[in-house]
Amino acid sequence: MKLFRNTIFLSIFVAMLAVGGALAQGTNPQAPTDDQVNAIAKQLYCPVCENIPLDVCGTQACAQWRDLIRQKLGEGWSEAQIKQYFVDQYGDRVLATPPARGLNWLVYIVPPVAILAGIFILYRAFQSWRQPVATEAQPESPVEQTDEYALRLEEELRKR
Amino acid sequence: MEQNVPESTVQKTTESHRPHWGRILVWVGVLGLLAILALGLRRAQQGPVSVGDQVPNFTLTTFDGETINLTDLKGKVVVLNFWASWCKPCEQEAADLETAWLTYQPRGDVVFLGVDYVDTEPEARGYLEKFNITYPNGPDLGTRISQAFRIRGVPETYIIDQDNVLRAVQIGPFRDLSQIQSMIDPLLQ
Repeated sequence: MKLFRNTIFLSIFVAMLAVGGALAQGTNPQAPTDDQVNAIAKQLYCPVCENIPLDVCGTQACAQWRDLIRQKLGEGWSEAQIKQYFVDQYGDRVLATPPARGLNWLVYIVPPVAILAGIFILYRAFQSWRQPVATEAQPESPVEQTDEYALRLEEELRKR
Repeated sequence: MEQNVPESTVQKTTESHRPHWGRILVWVGVLGLLAILALGLRRAQQGPVSVGDQVPNFTLTTFDGETINLTDLKGKVVVLNFWASWCKPCEQEAADLETAWLTYQPRGDVVFLGVDYVDTEPEARGYLEKFNITYPNGPDLGTRISQAFRIRGVPETYIIDQDNVLRAVQIGPFRDLSQIQSMIDPLLQ
């Protein structure tokens, strides 16, 4: 009888633990880690502290932004949703990588075009440096042979 | 007497008359880029809106969902205050601004607007509650209003007259209530 009573108590205790655990999980979902918050924060810049990524910025404004990212992650928002929220609130300039639209396209087009143009200019320059050497190596130019003045000169020299 | 013109010379002459489309394109591109750079620099060096300038129009959506357009406020003096919950100097002037608002509110010809700059909503609401601020306040969505005024920081306050012309600017917090009044009162006479 005593064994039976102990078993019942033990069962109730285990059941309470299980219910408590389940409740705790329901009300307090796993909190986002600092790494998860920083993974998004490093892609954002607060307009107040220009040129400092949000993940390493020490101002109160940036701390509030990081808290907001943590809160949104906790609510189940995706990275894209959070970034879009910040763009809606504070504009495109909060993004580390500007979106490829409008004049922003210049950021993506100009550097490769400039590099290609530089390569082309260098190629042309190298070619023009090489050409005079090749001309000097030739023994006689065909134009000289057809030059009337040169022919006459050679003829006069031969006569002497 | 017929003269024999070398073939290479003829080719050269035709080539020199042909337009160099490649070069033209490159120059157009370079000039276009320079023009964009010049515009950007000009904009960056414009500085804040000056006293006597027509104020750029803006729309403020308050935390309560009300939409306020500056042009709709023509005929009234507008006190436009930029602030943020993380801004300590803003706290110095918060109570004075609210007192000034309560002083002018019964007249009906002065409007106070608070623009919350680069802030998070829960903290901003907490700030408004803490200082019992009752005049309309809203976030600077997309930082459009602050960019239009080209503000340098917070707090900054712009006093706009009945014709939407900027009449006074306060960079940094107001010293006291009398300083706020000294900027508004001349516009009401």
